[in-house]
Formats: sequence, structure tokens, C-alpha cells
Amino acid sequence: MVENKLKRDIPAVYADKYGVYDGEFAQVAPYQAATKRVKPIKPNDTKLLASIHDAIVKTGLKDGMTISFHHHFREGDFVMNMVLAEIAKMGIKDLSIAPSSIANVHEPLIDHIKNGVVTNITSSGLRDKVGAAISSGIMKNPVVIRSHGGRARAIASGDIHIDVAFLGAPSADEYGNINGTKGKATCGSLGYAMVDAKYADQVVAITDTLVPYPNTPISIPQTDVDYVVQVDAIGDPDGIAKGATRFTKNPKELLIAEYAAKVITASDYFKPGFSFQTGSGGAALAVSRFLRQTMVDQDVKASFALGGITNAMVEMQQAGLVDKLIDVQDFDHPSAVSLAENADHYEIDANMYASPLSKGAVINKLDVAILSALEVDTDFNVNVITGSDGVLRGASGGHSDTSAACKMSMVIAPVVRGRIPTIVDSVTTVVTPGSSVDVVVTELGIAINPARPDLIAMFKDLKVPQLTIDALKDKAYAITGVPEKIEYGDQTVALIEYRDGSLIDVVKNV
Amino acid sequence: MERLRRTMMFVPGANPAMLRDAVLYGADSVMFDLEDAVSLKEKDTARVLVYSALKTFDYSSVETVVRVNALDAGGDQDIEAMVLGGINVIRLPKTETAQDIVDVDAVITKVEKKYGIPVGTTNMMAAIESAEGVLNARDIAKASPRMIGIALGAEDYVTSQKTRRYPDGAELSFARNYILHSARAAGIAAIDTVYSDVDNEEGLRHETELIKQLGFDGKSVINPRQIPVINGIYAPTAKEVQKAQEVMAGIREAEAKGSGVIAVNGQMVDKPIVERAERVLALAKATNMEVD
Amino acid sequence: MTTNQTVTVGTMESSDIMITLKPNASGIKIDLESNVKKQFGAHITALITEVLQKLDIQNIAVEAVDKGALDCTIKARTIAAAYRLQGKTDYDWEALNSWND
Repeated sequence: MVENKLKRDIPAVYADKYGVYDGEFAQVAPYQAATKRVKPIKPNDTKLLASIHDAIVKTGLKDGMTISFHHHFREGDFVMNMVLAEIAKMGIKDLSIAPSSIANVHEPLIDHIKNGVVTNITSSGLRDKVGAAISSGIMKNPVVIRSHGGRARAIASGDIHIDVAFLGAPSADEYGNINGTKGKATCGSLGYAMVDAKYADQVVAITDTLVPYPNTPISIPQTDVDYVVQVDAIGDPDGIAKGATRFTKNPKELLIAEYAAKVITASDYFKPGFSFQTGSGGAALAVSRFLRQTMVDQDVKASFALGGITNAMVEMQQAGLVDKLIDVQDFDHPSAVSLAENADHYEIDANMYASPLSKGAVINKLDVAILSALEVDTDFNVNVITGSDGVLRGASGGHSDTSAACKMSMVIAPVVRGRIPTIVDSVTTVVTPGSSVDVVVTELGIAINPARPDLIAMFKDLKVPQLTIDALKDKAYAITGVPEKIEYGDQTVALIEYRDGSLIDVVKNV
Repeated sequence: MERLRRTMMFVPGANPAMLRDAVLYGADSVMFDLEDAVSLKEKDTARVLVYSALKTFDYSSVETVVRVNALDAGGDQDIEAMVLGGINVIRLPKTETAQDIVDVDAVITKVEKKYGIPVGTTNMMAAIESAEGVLNARDIAKASPRMIGIALGAEDYVTSQKTRRYPDGAELSFARNYILHSARAAGIAAIDTVYSDVDNEEGLRHETELIKQLGFDGKSVINPRQIPVINGIYAPTAKEVQKAQEVMAGIREAEAKGSGVIAVNGQMVDKPIVERAERVLALAKATNMEVD
Repeated sequence: MTTNQTVTVGTMESSDIMITLKPNASGIKIDLESNVKKQFGAHITALITEVLQKLDIQNIAVEAVDKGALDCTIKARTIAAAYRLQGKTDYDWEALNSWND
């Protein structure tokens, strides 16, 4: 065992291979970017193939290779299930998969793991059933959880080498020019997929909307694409927007959002030209609404809004409150439409969004970020990947990236959920180190990280209750009681990479 | 200083999550409901649930009120459990006569004596929900020294009047004014009825402005989202606060000089002006405004 | 006491617990289903047992479906179930209140 800087035990075999977390920017150093093997296309060659089966044959996919997918279709994705079903039918085994994330809809993955088709996984997240299966220990090799910026870094630095990327394309021409804003299942930005296309040896575009050449705008260019396959459907548009854009009527979420908006608007960052990221989900959307009102009242316009883009941000831009939207992913249909129609709504890849080893990510220019949490502990460490029962069920997302880079990171969460305390002594799993987290916002008030005395001074007169993080934890435990320690097995089921590739924590089987 | 009662939030007695969260939303009073919000077969479980919540959660930042059932429908058990739980106010629904209050008062006294609680600790309020109740409001308001307020319950009232709720509230004009007068004559609070269309913020705003203008202390509330709207309307303007502060400064100055006559900006200040200034400052503090 | 009837109180709403009491030949037997069983299962079972014993119920099978209820809710639901089982409508509030001392 090796203890990392956050006193988390990392088994030696993984500590040797990945290194252990030693501070937010400890591993940022010059490096040689990864290269790829290119099969050139001659003038009379065709890229259009009849089926996914043919594409798998043509790419020469064999046992032991690494394939990737993107998660822009979220709960509406058909592509990963289709491709893995075909691969399984063809008898290919022992694959590593590197989707940008895994959703509930990918439940068939459990069988592919059990049947030996998939033996390694790296992903941002693992949802309910897949997460529970992996937590039970169905895989010999642990899943590697990477943040969005961390995945981009891993691909660019060669930690992940993708042999074949199977990329769902809302629209494509027969020569492989792709965008996400036209077609039957539009997802808007293709920010995560763009990194795969750039670094994978071979890229297969899978589309249900084949358009005449040349397809523009070009998010992924023909120069990165080897094959194009047309299928009946690549995704369900309803599943793409699922859950993310519900406007909350929950009074507790509204109260938290109101407090969060007060913190932002009382901060020194809130001035003409400020920038923000709110993410998706009920409370985060409510923050945008409260924020919007104060922006109107005080005539403060933002220079840009970043991240997962929602209709709430699109409407703020249309109202003239935000100059530009910088978009790595869209959470609903109106955002995808806006990306197509609005020149100031700009698509970027994950490398530019959040990679710690790029020549400067956009998050480095960000003032304020609103983030969620399953648990926060008294050292301000945040868990967004496991439930308090120790079972994998969340996603790393851009959490550790954004909070490390922006000027003020805010984690919004209720003090308790049912009988589960959210503010705890020690998080079940660390995804984001406490040094990255500046303000915790709950329904009982806020806790400012003592490492930020400037913020404590800034919010001295703020009309929101202020407590220490220990006081919040005490209040949580007073309501719920102190939970028993979870009993884990000896098997490591997931490695939690920090964005720089070192291990910040591991997850054991339960 | 008299307690502010801008917002009295109903909390269904059978809902554990809402019992836990009731204090969060800035209501001046939290009103646990054992009556209409609880089905007949769950009366027993709701009663013990609210008792248990009163013994567990910290409600010290609000006034606790419970709407009990009529005495012939389990109200006596409700009262025993709630008084024992330490409730601040017992609210009797559908009050028709002063005798209703006298009867409940007697039950409360019996319970207080049984458990060694000083007699008179528990306050009372009455909801008036019928023509008979409105016409008896004067007597009801004065029926017990425990009485701290009377409230209009409009849903049953408009039905008894053979009408319904209208946006302009003309149908409630007599009841509101009569209840308000009865409350003021007795020196207790007057609370307006609920606004049941929770998604209509504009309607709530309009109705609250009306009842504030009449002189009501506040409204009953059925959803936390209504609280900031109502509290916001009751918040004084910066100019009102400044004027009130000048009045209070004038009083301090006069006291220091030993002068009986108080003047602010050349104007005589008499008792009603002082009382209004005190209320403005209390409201300002409650809405987090800067007050010296 | 021993009984032949079955009673159920509580709901399946979040933060509530549904408690069903059924006859059992001997002893208190508790079958708990809970989304926080790993963190609070032993505690919840002990709490239900304690309340039943205080109310003099020795032989009973308890089916508890917990949706994250807090102690005060578990206690209240168990008390109400026990009183219903015993067919008593007038609570001994004095005795119940003495538990808090």
C-alpha cells in the first residue's frame, strides 16, 4: 500500500503503474504528444461500408485492442450497444473500451464483461446497474475512472491508445465529415468525440443521416475518418435530454440555488465580463435563473458561459446577458439548435475544455463554477462517483478539472438526502481534492474553505448563514445519526485517476 | 415587541420529510396539520409523528402551531400530545362560537396541569371558516387569554356564502374586515387565508398587497415557494426604514433631554407614529435589511 | 402479548418507513428492507425492537420497508403500529413522554 497526499491507500501494484496523487499541479510537465498510425486514402477509394460488421472486419479489430465511444447521446445512445453486440457475435474477446462515459442504457455491457468480450474499461462514470455490477466484482481488472479533462490528457499523452473509435455521427457525408447539429438525433457539440477522432488509429463514423458531400459545418473532418456506416438509428433524441433540464420546484433545491446565486453576485468576480459554468440538474439550472435576475437588475453581462450547455444559458445569451457560449457538450435540444445557428455559440473539444496538459484549457479562464456532490467531507474533498454504500453510481465528469482551474468553485448539495448525510467526516471516495473546493452551499447555509481567507473576507457581510464545514457535518449527523462503516472486500474494482493521471483513490468491491 | 406572523406555513402532519425541513424556508410560523391534510385512518399515526418531530427537531427559530381536530374527532388526544411535545400554539379549525374556544382552553388547562406545565403556557388561535364564525369573531377573539390570533379560512367560508373565490377578493371583503376589526379590538393578530394556486405568483402578490393594505399581520401559506413573495411584500422600503430610524433617534434624543415632546424634522411625533416605526424596524430586521 | 391480526402503518414515501406487524409464535423477528441498510440497518432493527419491548409486545413478526426514515419517524411509526395492533386508541402519552427523559 502507498498512502497518497490525501491519506488514501493505493495498492502498490497500481501506485507503481500510475503514480499517486501529490497535489493539484504536481504532475504538470512538458511531454511528447501521442501519435497515430494513418492508412491514407487514395482518390478512388470509398469509405462507405454496408454495415457495422463490415467496418469491424475492415478495421481488422482483434482480441486485446482498445475501442472508444462518445457519450453525447447520454441516455439515448444506441451506438455502443450496437457495436459491442456485433463484436460479441463475431467472437472477438478481451477488448478494452474507452467510452467518454457510460449511461444506464448501456446495461448490456454487463453480459459482455461476463462473457469476456470486454475486460478493461475506462470511463468518466458508471450508472446504476453497470456500476452495481462492477462494484460486485465482475471484472478482474479495475475500471479506470477519468475526468473529462483527464481523459483528453490520457489520450493526448498516449496513456489511452485508441485502435478504433466508433463514433456516433448525427450527420455525415460518405467521406466522413461529421457534425452534431444536423440529423435525426442531434446532440449538438461533439467535444468529447473530437479528441478520439484526432488520436485514434482508425475512426468509424456511424450515422443515421447520410448527407451529400460536403457536410458542413465540420466538427470532425474527413481527414480523421476512415470509414462511414449508415444505420437506421444512432440514438433516441428524448434520451439525450433526459433528466438534465428539469426545472426544479423542490423548495430545498431552490433555497440552495438562491444561496449559491447570492454568493456569486456578492463576490468580486461578479462584474462586467465575468464567466461561469453551472452544469445541469435541477438546482444548477435554478442557480442560472436567480443569477440571471441579478445580472439584469445590476446590468452585469458575462463574457462567456462554459461547459455542458443548457437552454437556460442559450436564453441568457439570446437576452444579451452572455457574450459567448463555449460548448463541449449539450444537455438539451435547444442548445444543439443554438450551436447550429449562432456564431457566438462555439464548439470546443475536451482537450481545450479541460485538459491539464494542453497549452491552456478554457477552464483556466473561468471565474465561477457550480458543481454537485454525492458527499463532501470536512477537508472539503468531494465524492461524485460512489454512493455512501460504497457502490459505483456516479461520474467524475469535469468536477476535478473545473474546480482546480476556476477562480471560485462552489459545490452545491443538501446537507442530507433522506437518511444519508452529504457532509461527512471522510468521503467514501475522493474524486476532487479539498484544495480545489472553495465554497460549499447547502440549505442550512454556506461553508467557505479556510484555505481561502480572501473569500472569507469577501463574504463577511453576505446575508447567507455561514458555518464551518465541521458545523455542517455535525448538523448532518445530528439529523441522520452516524452511519456505520461500509465493509469492503479485498478486490479493487475501480481506480480513481486525478486529472493528471495519478491515483487519488481506489474503490473496493462491496 | 409583538411577534411577526407574516407567513404561517402549513405542514402536513403525516409527511416525515416535510416535518424535518419545515424550518428551512423562512416562515415566521410553522403550522403542523393534523386535520384536513391527514386522512381519517391516519389520524393516530400523524399525531404521534408530529409529537415525535417536536421532541426531535430544533424548531426554536420559528413559532410552532398545530391545527388540531375538533374535540369530538380526536382533538383532545391531539391537544395532549402537542402540549406535551411543547407546541407554542393550538389552532382550532372551523370555530363557530366563543364556547368552542372555552372548551379547548379547558382541555389545554387540564393537560398543562396533568404534566406540571404552567397553566397558560400554550397559546391558542382560531380559524374562522363560516358565516356564523365571522359574525361571532369579536367574541371568539376575546374568548380566552390564550388567544394570540384569528385567521380566515376562505375555502369553506365562500362555499357557505354560496359563492367561490374571485381574483379581486370582493367576496371576502366583509369577512376580512370584520375579522381584522375583531382581532384588533382584542389586541391579537389577524391572519389571512391561503392562496391555493401555488404556480400563480402574480395572483399571490396581488392578494398579499391587498391584505397588507387592510392591515393583516400576514397569510397562511401552503407551499414554501410562497414565503419569499409574501415576506418580500411585507418588507418596508429603504425610505420607510430611514424614517422609522429618525423617529427612534428622536425619541432617544428627547429622553436624553428629559423632554416630553418629541419632534423629528420639525414634525410632532405621537404614539401611533412610534408604534408604526417600531413595526417597520421589526419587519426590516426580519427581511435582513440593514438596521442600526 | 400474542395476537392474530396484521396491521400496517406508514408509507413508501421518501424519508418514511412502512411497518407491518404480523403474528409470530415466539420472539420479535424483524425483516428490514432499506436503502440505507448497510449504514443504519443494525441501528434501525435495534430501535424497532426497543420500542416494541417498551410497549410490551414480545411475539411479533415485523416487516419494515424503509425509505431513509429518521429515528423519530421510525419510533413514531412503530408506536402507532403497536397501538393499532393492541386495538388501543387512547395513547398513554405520559408513558411515551417518559421515554424522552
